[in-house]
Amino acid sequence: MDEILEILEKDGRASVEDIAKMIHKKPEEVKKAIKKYEKEGAILKYKAVINKDLIQDSQSEVRALIEVNILPQKDLGFEKIAERIYSFPEVSSCYLISGTYDLLVVVEGENLHTVSNFVAEKLSCLENVRGTATHFLLKKYKEDGVILKHRSENKRIAISY
Amino acid sequence: MEISKVVEKMQPSGIRAFFDLVLGMKEVISLGVGEPDFVTPWQIREAGIYSLEQGFTSYTSNKGLYKLRLGISRFLKNKYGLEYSPDEEILITVGVSEGLDLALRTIINPGDKILIPQPSYVSYGPVAELAGGIPVYIDTSKDGFKLTPGLLAKYIDKKTKAIVLNYPTNPTGVSYRRGELEKINKILLKHKVLCISDEVYGDLTYDFEHVAFPTLPGARKNTLYLNGFSKSYAMTGWRVGFACGPKEIIAGMTKIHQYTIMCVPITGQMAAAEALVSARRSVEQMKREYNRRREFMLAELNLLGLKCAKPQGAFYLFPSIKSTGLSSLDFSRKLLEEEKVAVVPGTAFGPCGEGYIRISYASSMDNLREALVRLKRFIEKG
Repeated sequence: MDEILEILEKDGRASVEDIAKMIHKKPEEVKKAIKKYEKEGAILKYKAVINKDLIQDSQSEVRALIEVNILPQKDLGFEKIAERIYSFPEVSSCYLISGTYDLLVVVEGENLHTVSNFVAEKLSCLENVRGTATHFLLKKYKEDGVILKHRSENKRIAISY
Repeated sequence: MEISKVVEKMQPSGIRAFFDLVLGMKEVISLGVGEPDFVTPWQIREAGIYSLEQGFTSYTSNKGLYKLRLGISRFLKNKYGLEYSPDEEILITVGVSEGLDLALRTIINPGDKILIPQPSYVSYGPVAELAGGIPVYIDTSKDGFKLTPGLLAKYIDKKTKAIVLNYPTNPTGVSYRRGELEKINKILLKHKVLCISDEVYGDLTYDFEHVAFPTLPGARKNTLYLNGFSKSYAMTGWRVGFACGPKEIIAGMTKIHQYTIMCVPITGQMAAAEALVSARRSVEQMKREYNRRREFMLAELNLLGLKCAKPQGAFYLFPSIKSTGLSSLDFSRKLLEEEKVAVVPGTAFGPCGEGYIRISYASSMDNLREALVRLKRFIEKG
């Protein structure tokens, strides 16, 4: 992977100037490369990783991982039905996977009720969906490589040879 | 109580007072740290924890766990094509520090001279003296902080027993390409001067492949190769290093080691063995990160007008601060007092470090950025 992407994946706020210095290139070149990645869709968006457990005023959200069994369609395979599923705004992630079921769908809702409703009334009723198994998420420990826990840091001696 | 004359002579240098000043101050951004800012990769820590759970709490053989020596032997074979027998030619030490101490005590007879290119890591000279040797310092400041064949030849005489070579170098980050090392090696072979090669920063070489000294023609039998896990694997606190060399030297070192240290703590050895198996990817990732910071800091220091040769390895920069008209120590002290940024005065690494400071970029990008803001303010104030 291009080093620019590697840097941005870790720190979406890294400035063009800093990146240029880090990889020993001209800022214009870096800017151009980033624009290109954005245009091609290689860079889709920039966002903050938020630990919602620490946000007091935020409404607690409920998340569920749903295993979905699907009857594939002729010529289209899973694509069409996957699109119908992931287009729902309630769906935050959707993966086609190998194993005993086909799609892993992550759904977010305000409470248990809204998520259950979504599964019962939207997801399960879709043509070609043969069955679902819903797992409510109890606690997040690590997400996208980020550990969601503030750990005390080991302090190095401020000066050493 | 009268203490040993040699020890009495070993002055805690003027730098000590400066170090104490740093340690006594709160909220300092430190660019003075000589160790990685990464935590030891989890798979290594996990192996250490697991070994404790399993009850591995005993002594190991004096030479170190066979599993670890075998791992080191394989690693050196894969990486450099070097062949060291885990039975007779590898010794596990408490960091490179112990390896160096053992090496010098093993080879020195009273009055033997030990060449030390400077600026250098702080322990080489004092440890040589403790072993009864005479450290002979080679000032490399006029040659871009590099030991040149010409410079080396000038310092060798009949009493010269060994040279302590360290590359990539702490504090300058300087390293050598194969051609340069070959010339140095030829001179050492010709004069039968042993090369003690401290290559603890070898994995952190950025612009070219690191060349292990014993891979040079004819060098293997004339080299003691020292390395460790501290810098590559961010394992400074575990204190695990190793020495590889001709069996008579390793046997001598093992004798001292068995009477003084007995063996390296087993938990560290277990963790180190795992490091060789599963953490090479982590080493590469950390190296890439250091490299970006190196480029970033170099660009920024140039903008500040602090001249700095491009270092090829380690995680140090050694910029000149001569343009400020301050001495290394004064510059460092003022920077600390006025802007709360800690660096190490170049003179900590020998008198020829005067006019320079050591900056460590083993610190987060956020820290580096903030330190640069402060450094800029400090320099603009004059």
